[in-house]
Amino acid sequence: MPIERITRIEGTGLPLRGNNIDTDRIIPARFLRSVTFEGLENHLFEDDVAQATERGTPHPIADDKYRTASILVVNGNFGCGSSREHAPQAIRRKGFRAVVGESFSEIFFGNSVAMGMPCLTAAPADIQRLQGAIDAEPSLPIVVDLEAQRVRCGGWEMAASLPAAARESFLDGSWDGTALLLDRFEEVERTASRLPYVAGW
Amino acid sequence: MRGTLFQKVWDAHTVRKLPNGQTQLFIGLHLIHEVTSPQAFDMLRARGLPVRCPQRTVATVDHIVPTRDQRRPFSDLMAEDMLAALERNCRESGVPLFDLQSGAQGIVHVIGPELGLTQPGMTIACGDSHTSTHGAFGAVAFGIGTSQVRDVLASQSLAMDPLKVRRISVSGALAPGVYAKDVILEIIRRLGVNGGVGYAYEYAGDAISRMSMDERMTICNMSIEGGARAGYVNPDDVTIDYLRGRRFAPSGEAFDRAAAWWRSMASDPGAAYDDDVRIDAALIRPRVTWGINPEQSVFVDERLPAPGDVPVESRASVAEALDFMGFGAGQPIKGTRIDVAFVGSCTNARLSDLREAARVVRGQHVARHVRALVVPGSQAIRAAAEREGLDRVFTEAGFEWRGAGCSMCLAMNQDRLEGRQICASSSNRNFKGRQGSPAGRTLLMSPAMVAAAAVAGEIVDVRDFSHAD
Repeated sequence: MPIERITRIEGTGLPLRGNNIDTDRIIPARFLRSVTFEGLENHLFEDDVAQATERGTPHPIADDKYRTASILVVNGNFGCGSSREHAPQAIRRKGFRAVVGESFSEIFFGNSVAMGMPCLTAAPADIQRLQGAIDAEPSLPIVVDLEAQRVRCGGWEMAASLPAAARESFLDGSWDGTALLLDRFEEVERTASRLPYVAGW
Repeated sequence: MRGTLFQKVWDAHTVRKLPNGQTQLFIGLHLIHEVTSPQAFDMLRARGLPVRCPQRTVATVDHIVPTRDQRRPFSDLMAEDMLAALERNCRESGVPLFDLQSGAQGIVHVIGPELGLTQPGMTIACGDSHTSTHGAFGAVAFGIGTSQVRDVLASQSLAMDPLKVRRISVSGALAPGVYAKDVILEIIRRLGVNGGVGYAYEYAGDAISRMSMDERMTICNMSIEGGARAGYVNPDDVTIDYLRGRRFAPSGEAFDRAAAWWRSMASDPGAAYDDDVRIDAALIRPRVTWGINPEQSVFVDERLPAPGDVPVESRASVAEALDFMGFGAGQPIKGTRIDVAFVGSCTNARLSDLREAARVVRGQHVARHVRALVVPGSQAIRAAAEREGLDRVFTEAGFEWRGAGCSMCLAMNQDRLEGRQICASSSNRNFKGRQGSPAGRTLLMSPAMVAAAAVAGEIVDVRDFSHAD
C-alpha cells in the first residue's frame, strides 16, 4: 500500500446537530445487504433525511448548500451503536474527509482511523460556534490541521485534538496498519506460543 | 502483582509496542459473519495476503438468514449472495463455517459460548459490537469494524489502546420478575449511553456471582449500549461448570489445567480500578425503554419524563425521543399498546430466556392485535427448547416459532416492523428505524416482560401477571 500522510484537510463544513447519533441512523441496516461498500453514500442518513423532508425542515445532508462540504461537524457520542464500518464508509464516500465533534464512540473512531478519516474532538462550545458559523456562511473555508491540532475558519481558530497514536498514524501515513502488524509476525507467533490455550494446555 | 483481569489478559496478549504508541495485541479467537467480513476478504485478496490463522477463526451466518424458510437458494437473493460469499471465503481460506446444515449455526455471540470456543483469559474480536457478550466468561472481547477484521485475518492481531476499568458491583437479591436485562438497563440509565467510553466494565458483586452464564451474557452483551466496548465477569465455578464437556473446551486432565489458568486470570483482591460504582439489586424493578436510545428507560410502574425533568444537556434528546415515539411527557409506560412482540437476539434468546417467556405464556394466548415471534439464538437452543416442549407452548399461545438468527433485532432479513408499529422486544437497541421500518418504534425489556406484553396486548408488569410459583 502506498503511504498516504494526512496532515491537514481544507474544505467547507456541514453542521450535523444532535447527541448520540447512532450508526443505524447514519446507514440503516437494510443497506448493509451487500458484499461491498459501493453505493453506500447514496443512503447516508436516508431515513433521517426522508423524515426531515416530510416535515419541511431540510436535513443538512440533503441541503444543496452543503453539497461540496468535506468536513462534518457533529456533537456528542457520534457513531454510537453498531460496529458497522459501513457508517464511516458512507460518510467518506459522500465526500467527507474529516469529522470534528464533541465526542465519538470508540468503535466508530477506530473504524474511521483505519480508513484514513480523522475524527477530531473539540470543546462543546467551540463545536457549537463552528456549527453556527457554517450555518451563517456555508462556503466558509475551514482548515483542519492535524499537526497543530487546531481548526481554523474565517478569522478565528479552536483547539481540536485526537489521541496521540491516531495523530501519529495520520502524520506518518501508517493509519492503514496491516503492513505494520505483519512487519514482525514472528513476535505474534512468540506471544501466541506462550498462551496455554494456544499451546494446547 | 495485583491486577484486574483486563490488565492480565492485556499483558499476556501484548505482542509489542507499535511506533505510534499503540499496543499490538494478539487475538485468540476471531469470529466472523456474513455482513462485516466479505469486504475484508476482498481487501486481503487485493493485497495478495492470506488468512494467517484460519484455525483461530470461526464463521457462522446469522444477520441475514431467513428464519422461516431456510431452503437454499434463499428466495431473498441478496441474502443468498452474502451467504455464498461467506461460504467461498471460508472454503478458500480454510476457516471453519457453522452453516445451516451444521446443526450448530446461530447468532455468533450465542454459538461461541455454546460450543466452548469462548473461554476465560482469551482476547476475542468480531466485526460486531455485541462481541462484548463473550466477556461473561472472563474474556476480553470487543467489536471491530471491517478494516480491523482485515487486520485480524491478515495478522491475528490488532493495534489497540488499553482501556480503563470500571468495576460495577451489584449487591443484594433481585426480586422475582426482575432479570439480568433489568439490571443492565438500570446500569445504562445510571451511567449513560456514553458513560463507558474509554472503559471496560467489570461486573462484580454477589448478585452477579449468583447469576447463570446466560444471565451474565445478557449483562455483558449490553456493555456497548453503555458506551463500553468490553465488559466482563471474573471466571468462577459457574463459568468452569458451564464449559465442562463443551465441544471445543479441553477435556480430561487438560480441562483441570485449563480451569486453574482460567481462575488465575481473575482480578485479584485489592486490584486497583479506575472507577467503582455500586448498585443495589433490591431496588431494581422491571425496566422498559420508552425512547430512542437504551438509556431512555423507566421502571414499569413509572411515568415518562418531561424535557424539563432532566438536566439541560439531555432536554433536546428527551424532546426528540418523545416526538419520534409519539408519547406524551408524564404518561405511564404501563398500558402502552403494542403491535409486535419479539423474543430473540444475542441479548436474550438463550434457553433460559425462552423458558422464562414460556412460563408467562403457558396456557394463555397472544392478544388478537399482536404479532408475536420467538427466534431462538441458535439451532442448538431451538432443538433443546423443542425437547422440552417449549415450541408447543409458544405456538399454542399464538407465537410464531422460527429458525435461529438475528432476525428482528436489526431486520436484515424479512422479519421487520411496518409503518409506525410498536414492538415489545427482548433485543438491545431501540434506535430510530432499528427494527426495519424507518418510523417503527421499539420498547426494550426482558423476555418475560415481552411475553406478558404479547398476551396483554400492552405493556404490563410481569410481576402482576404470573409468578404464582
